[in-house]
Amino acid sequence: MPIQVLMPALSPTMEKGNLAKWLKKEGETIKSGDVIAEIETDKATMEVEATDEGTLGKILIPEGTADVAVNTPIATILADGENAADLAKATAPAKQEKAAEYAPPAETRAEAPASKSGGGKEKKAPAAPQIVAEPDPEVPEGTEMVTMTIREALRDAMAEEMRRDADVFIMGEEVAEYQGAYKVTQGLLQEFGARRVIDTPITEHGFAGVGIGAAMAGLKPIVEFMTFNFAMQAMDQIINSAAKTLYMSGGQMGCSIVFRGPNGAAARVAAQHSQDYSAWYSQIPGLKVIAPFSAADYKGLLKAAIRDPNPVIFLENEVLYGHTGPVPKLDDYVIPIGKARVVRSGGHVTIVSWSNGMTYALKAAEELAKEGIEAELIDLRTLRPLDTDTVVASVKKTGRAVTVEEGWQQNGVGAEIAARIMEHAFDYLDAPVLRVSGKDVPMPYAANLEKLALPSAAEVVEAAKAVCYR
Amino acid sequence: MAVAKKSDVKEKGQDRGNGAPPEFTKEQELVALRAMLLIRRFEEKAGQLYGMGAIGGFCHLYIGQEAVVVGMQMALKMGDQVITGYRDHGHMLGTEMDPKGVLAELTGRHGGYSKGKGGSMHMFSKEKNFFGGHGIVGAQVPLGTGLAFANSYRGNDFVSLTYFGDGAANQGQVYESFNMAELWKLPVIYVIENNRYAMGTSVSRSSAQTDFSKRGISFNIPGEQVDGMDIRAVKAAGDKAIAWCRAGKGPYILEMQTYRYRGHSMSDPAKYRTREEVDKVRHDQDPIEQVRNRLLAAKMDEQELKAIDAEVRQIVNAAADFAQHDAEPDPSELYTDVYR
Repeated sequence: MPIQVLMPALSPTMEKGNLAKWLKKEGETIKSGDVIAEIETDKATMEVEATDEGTLGKILIPEGTADVAVNTPIATILADGENAADLAKATAPAKQEKAAEYAPPAETRAEAPASKSGGGKEKKAPAAPQIVAEPDPEVPEGTEMVTMTIREALRDAMAEEMRRDADVFIMGEEVAEYQGAYKVTQGLLQEFGARRVIDTPITEHGFAGVGIGAAMAGLKPIVEFMTFNFAMQAMDQIINSAAKTLYMSGGQMGCSIVFRGPNGAAARVAAQHSQDYSAWYSQIPGLKVIAPFSAADYKGLLKAAIRDPNPVIFLENEVLYGHTGPVPKLDDYVIPIGKARVVRSGGHVTIVSWSNGMTYALKAAEELAKEGIEAELIDLRTLRPLDTDTVVASVKKTGRAVTVEEGWQQNGVGAEIAARIMEHAFDYLDAPVLRVSGKDVPMPYAANLEKLALPSAAEVVEAAKAVCYR
Repeated sequence: MAVAKKSDVKEKGQDRGNGAPPEFTKEQELVALRAMLLIRRFEEKAGQLYGMGAIGGFCHLYIGQEAVVVGMQMALKMGDQVITGYRDHGHMLGTEMDPKGVLAELTGRHGGYSKGKGGSMHMFSKEKNFFGGHGIVGAQVPLGTGLAFANSYRGNDFVSLTYFGDGAANQGQVYESFNMAELWKLPVIYVIENNRYAMGTSVSRSSAQTDFSKRGISFNIPGEQVDGMDIRAVKAAGDKAIAWCRAGKGPYILEMQTYRYRGHSMSDPAKYRTREEVDKVRHDQDPIEQVRNRLLAAKMDEQELKAIDAEVRQIVNAAADFAQHDAEPDPSELYTDVYR
């Protein structure tokens, strides 16, 4: 029976990749450990090694094919004594699978295992959501929109600001020669050189402090944390040195610095690599905290963060890096910090979220609409300063609110929003505010438990119905 | 009251051989004396005001360590940066910050360097290139390394003088900084003020390697031990380290062997060392007395020295007067300077 070679997953969040190159031809002998092909994702280029011996029977996916789903058969290997006639046996079942495997990737890793784990009534998730929301009011009508990944939006934002201001530089682990651990800084070293794109040793506490010192001297560093989980080592410098110095110096000495990187859960990386720090940072006066969802917001807000004279925490999400969305083609697209956006209008219930929480919220809003409940969906985008006005105005209209976050509930951002709604719109509420959040546990590794630990669209739907007494 | 910069004061010449530091000219001795006296009298006044309840919170006095800051200042040039930890009054006066503004910050008044919002441990002066004043032990070390990074990025020849104590020298971020500083050849001098006690824990009880000049060995950072009670030795070591940094050779470590006469803070039980130990250092090694004795031996008129002392006292008294009578910050200041 010929052996199938499957499209490998090169990272926990990889859903598809390009088959860049075949290094073996059909009919060539393959030994275990031979490099047979090169696979490319938006994050990295990797070699595929054979784990079996034999002859390369048939190449099923020609080189140059883009967006091959993980686990799609890409070739067959014939064992000794097998011949081309045996190939049919191997490829036949693969064809049946093909349709499914070529389906666009699941919208998030959290949704992906749904069908297997039986974790809900939800069907297998459809295509990655094109984040379709009305463009910001700041964008002139008729502006051309370019579809790009969030990863590219971030890179473009940094490149534009580095071209604009010679004091802007980026430092962090693997930002230069490796081209970014998540490929966010791809190409920056080539354009700006090693003076401004700086690989640091693995020394978060140290390089956070070095960045802050450079900012105190007037430079404008972008400090990339490979993930915000690692920034806990740098917490003292971020809070005590970056956030407080302007105040403690009576306004003389502040620092213009951006700390950015992926925050929150990725996929199957367990508790130490899956924490959402939205609530932690947004508690600190002196910091600004941004956590966008759409590609356009990622770009416009990162540019604003780099220009801001204060320390800014820019929380990205690894799951979203590969997602695409329309970004206005403008010379200088900067979105003001501190303004939430009403992504969807509705009169029955207000749903407030940000970053990847929006994935669940958007999906829930669609489900709710099918049942006659029109949700007003607010993407906060910035967590500090929090746009209370937009939330309160919506709640005054709907009388009901649900918050959605991946982080923990206790002292979470949802708790803060609920408190502000109570303070500013108590008389308008027709039901208590409900919070959908990550469960009160360290993130588990097992796929089914991880899914349970994260919020889901179903939970958002349930909460929205509850506040509507439906 | 100004500390003369290197270029303002004539140098007397070379090392006398046998490892002794080069002599100061009379002019240099006077500059050193005045600057050290200002710190001493200022700190004595701060201690008094603390006792009277005019200064709150923590207050860490620099008495005994004056030669370190003043000697290093005599080796710097305009544009070089200074950053230190919480025992920072001496560094601020050394960088020529106004004693009135420093003392008014200690009393929490509007005229203080941080408008009364920072206090003893958190003061800054952009104008004087003084970058604080940091209350978290060791945090200033990466920051000072970052100042050096900025110099290197801009391609100028300024040097960052990053001070910390024997206690901070055991913090992990110090070594993270050492690694990056040498890796990137940053112009930073790590001045380790070894006053023998981290709060109440002696160096021998807290440090596996008590020779702090060797703390950079595994990073290939050169270092030396300096008699931090002899201002001439401090200045000579500073000159050498600064030349090293300005030449682009990377960081340098100076372990200043010094001593604080007063407690760690104003609320020190003084149970961890003997009165005799303190008295002996004060009697045998006092940095100010060393200079005064040399001047007297060189036939300097004692009246002239008394005149300097009187002038310094006058400056400190004026600062104390200001610090006690200046207005507290306006309540509206509560919400300013959080963002800019």
